Amino acid sequence: MKWLRSIAVAGAAGLAGVGVLALGLVVFGYDAVAALGALGRGGFGSWYAVTSATLVRAVPLIIIGLGLSVAFRAGALNIGGEGQFLAGAMAAAWIGLSVGSWPYPLGVLAVVLGGAAAGAVWVVVPVVLKLRFGVLEVISTLLLNFVAESFVSFAVQGPLQESKGIYPQSDPLPVLVRLPILPGTRLHLGLLVAVLVGIVLWVAFGRTRWGFRLRAVGEAPLAAAVSGRISVGRTLAVGLVISAALAGLAGAFEITGVTYSLYQNLSPGYGFTAIAVALIARLHPLGVIAAGIGFGALEAGASAMQREANVPAAAVYVVQATIILLAVLSLGRSWLARAGTVG
Amino acid sequence: MTGPPVLELLGIEKRFGSVEALGGADLVLARGEVHGLLGENGAGKSTLMHIAFGLVRPDRGTIRVRGSVAAIGAPSDAKALGIGMVHQHFTSVPALTVEENLWLAAGRYGSSAGGPPIGGESGERLRAKLWEGLHPTTRVEELAVGAKQRLELLQALATGADILLLDEPTAVLAPSEVDGLLELLREFAAGGGAVVFITHKLHEVLAAVDRVTVLRRGRVTWSGLAAGRSTADLTTAMVGESLSGRGRPRREPSRTGPIRVKREGLEVRAGEIVGVVAVEGNGQRELLRSLAGLLPRAEGTEVATPIAFIPEDRTTEGLVPTFSLTENLVLGLPGDPRWSRGPWLQWKEAERRMAELVEEFGIRAAGPATIARTLSGGNQQKLLLARAIEVGPAVVIAENPTRGLDVQATTDVHERLRTLAREGAAVLVYSTDLDEILDLADRVVVVYRGAILAAPSEGPAPRATIGALMIGGAE
Repeated sequence: MKWLRSIAVAGAAGLAGVGVLALGLVVFGYDAVAALGALGRGGFGSWYAVTSATLVRAVPLIIIGLGLSVAFRAGALNIGGEGQFLAGAMAAAWIGLSVGSWPYPLGVLAVVLGGAAAGAVWVVVPVVLKLRFGVLEVISTLLLNFVAESFVSFAVQGPLQESKGIYPQSDPLPVLVRLPILPGTRLHLGLLVAVLVGIVLWVAFGRTRWGFRLRAVGEAPLAAAVSGRISVGRTLAVGLVISAALAGLAGAFEITGVTYSLYQNLSPGYGFTAIAVALIARLHPLGVIAAGIGFGALEAGASAMQREANVPAAAVYVVQATIILLAVLSLGRSWLARAGTVG
Repeated sequence: MTGPPVLELLGIEKRFGSVEALGGADLVLARGEVHGLLGENGAGKSTLMHIAFGLVRPDRGTIRVRGSVAAIGAPSDAKALGIGMVHQHFTSVPALTVEENLWLAAGRYGSSAGGPPIGGESGERLRAKLWEGLHPTTRVEELAVGAKQRLELLQALATGADILLLDEPTAVLAPSEVDGLLELLREFAAGGGAVVFITHKLHEVLAAVDRVTVLRRGRVTWSGLAAGRSTADLTTAMVGESLSGRGRPRREPSRTGPIRVKREGLEVRAGEIVGVVAVEGNGQRELLRSLAGLLPRAEGTEVATPIAFIPEDRTTEGLVPTFSLTENLVLGLPGDPRWSRGPWLQWKEAERRMAELVEEFGIRAAGPATIARTLSGGNQQKLLLARAIEVGPAVVIAENPTRGLDVQATTDVHERLRTLAREGAAVLVYSTDLDEILDLADRVVVVYRGAILAAPSEGPAPRATIGALMIGGAE
C-alpha cells in the first residue's frame, strides 16, 4: 500500500523532528521534558488548544497547501503562496470595509470571493511570463511575494490605515462581514471549507479526466502533449491560477475569520510553511489536511513552549526543518527533479 | 597530391550492447588529402571518427598516427597527437566570447587569440582565413551560423591539429558558405594537413575530396579515388544492391481504397503502407507530425480521423514512464466511452481492458497496474501499438517504430502494422533504416529538403533510386 508507506514516512519524519528538537534542548541546557510537554499541550492539550490554536493555524496551511498540490501536480512550482495569501487578505480587508452594510451573508461572500480573485490576479504575471517568454515560475512567483509584502505595508500606512491614523493597521471589519465562529472558540467556518476543498481535489485527481490531464502534464509534459494531445501551457496556467486563488482565499479567511483587520506581518510565513505541508503530504489532498493540522499544532505549541518553559518559539523551526529535509529526501529524484525540467 | 599515411584506422570493431556499430572498418588518411567518409544514418561514420578522437574506445583494432601505433584513450590524447575534431553539433559556449571559447578549446586561459602557433604553415594560413569577419571579443551567441561553424574549425585547430576530423560540417551551411569551406579545407590539405570529411551530400564529396571511403552497416563497402566516380556508384555502395522483401509473400496492397491522407505530393489510401525515407533533417519529422495534427498543417491537407501516432521516443513522448499501463492506455484514449462518462473516469473498466490487452499483445508485465518505466523497450512498444490499435485508427503514423528493438520484437511490430493496413487503415511509416522500409512498405516516398518525392510507385523501388533521391543525387 503506497499511502500506508507515505503515512509511515511522514510520521517517522515528525518523530525525528521532535527527537532533534529534544536533543537540541538538552544540549543548550533547557528542561527538555517540560518544553516538549508544553509543546504537546499547546497543540493538543485541551479542547481550546485544538480548536482555537492548532486548527486556526491549520486552516491557512491546509488551504494554501491544497492549492500547491494542484500546481505541483501539474509540474508548476508556485513558490508565491505567501504573496497570493497577502493579496487575498488585502482585497478582503478593502472589500470588507466597503461592503460592511450589505445584508448577511452577501458581504462575507463578496469578501471571500474577492480574496480568491485577488490571489488569482497575483499569479497572472507569472503565468504570462511563463507561457510567453519561458520565465521560470519559481522565480517570478517568489519575487512577487516581496511585492505583496510592500503593498500591504503601503496599504496599512495609506489607503487602508485605521481612521484614528495611529497604528499601521486597518479598521476592524464590521460584524456583518465576519465569518461564523464555533461558539466558545476562535475556530471559524474556513476549516469546513478547507476540508471540503480537500475532498473535492482528492476526487478530482483520482477520478476525473481533468485531474488525469493535470497529473500527466506534471509527470511527463512531452508525452502528455504528443500522446495525450493535452495543451501543456493551458494546464500549467490552470494549475497556477487555482493554487493562487486558494492562497488568496486563505488570506481572506484570515481577515474575516481571525484577525478582522489587516496589518503588517499578518502571516507568520504560512505561504512558505504550506510548501512543506504539501510536500510531506506527497501532494495528496487528504494528506495535506493531516499535515496542515500537524504543522498548525507545532505553531500553536511553540507559543506555549515559550510561555511555559521559556524556550524561544523559534526552536520549533528545528522540527519543521527536519521534517522538510526528510520529506524531500524521501521524495528523492521523483517529481522534484522532473518538475525542474518542465519547460 | 597525397603523401604518406598520417592516420590509419585498421580493423576497428565496436559493439554497443547487441548492436554492431563497426564490424572491422578500415580508413587510411594520407598527408595532403581531403578524404570523404560516406554512409547512411547508422552506418558507423560518427562512431569511427569518435574512436579516432578518443571519445569512444574500440573493442578491437589498431590506430596508427604518422606510422606508429597510438593509444588514444581520451580526446586529450588525440589533441596531443595533432588530431582535431569538428562535431555535428556546435560545441562552443554561447555566453562566452570567441577568444574565450578558443582558450577553452586550447586548455590555456589567456593564450593569444589565435591559439598556439603550431600546426604548420598551412594551419596558420587556414586560421587567418577563418578569422575573417570574426572578432575575438564578440559573444558567440551573436554570431551567424556560418561564423559559428568557422569558430568550430578554429577550436579544432587551437591545439595545433594538422589532422582534422569533420563530422558533417556542412549540414548547417548555405551553399556559398559550403563552397568557401571546401576551398579552405583543400588549401589546408595542400599545405600538408589531412582532413576526413563526413557528409551526406554526394555532389560536395565528388567536387572536393581526393578519396572516398563508404561505410555500410559498420563495414567498408568501397574505398578509392573520387576522380571518375559517379554519384550512382557511390549510392550503390552506400545503400547496397540487393532488393529486399526476401522470401515472405507480399501482402496485396490496396490501390483502390478511399484516400485517407491527402497532401501536396502525397496520397495514402486505406489498406496501404507507405514508407517515408529521408536523411536526417530534411523535414520528414515535421511532415509526419503535421499530418498527425501535432504541428500546423499545410494548406489543402486532409487527414481522416481517428489518427494513431506512434512517436519514436517511447519514454518521453509515447508513454508517461511513471504511470501504470492502464493510465498510459487512458492517456491515448481519454474520451473512450468504455471508461469515460462526461468528466469522470471509470478506472475499473480501463483496467479490465488493459488486462485483456496485456494478454492479447503478449506484453510481459505483471498486470495492468505495472509501471510503464519497468517494461523493456520491446514491451513498451507493444503497449504503444496496443493503444494505437485500440483507437480504431483510420490513419496510423509511426516514427522509427522498431528503433532499439531486437529481431523478434521487430517482427511483431511489423506484423501489427501489416494487420492494421489489412484491416483498412492507411499506414505511414518513417524509418532511418532503408531496409526496414523496403521490407514493410508498399510504396516509398522520399523527403528531401522539405519536398516530397515519390519513388517509382509500381513494384518495389530499386534501392539505388531511393538512395539517390535521398541525397539529392537525382537532379
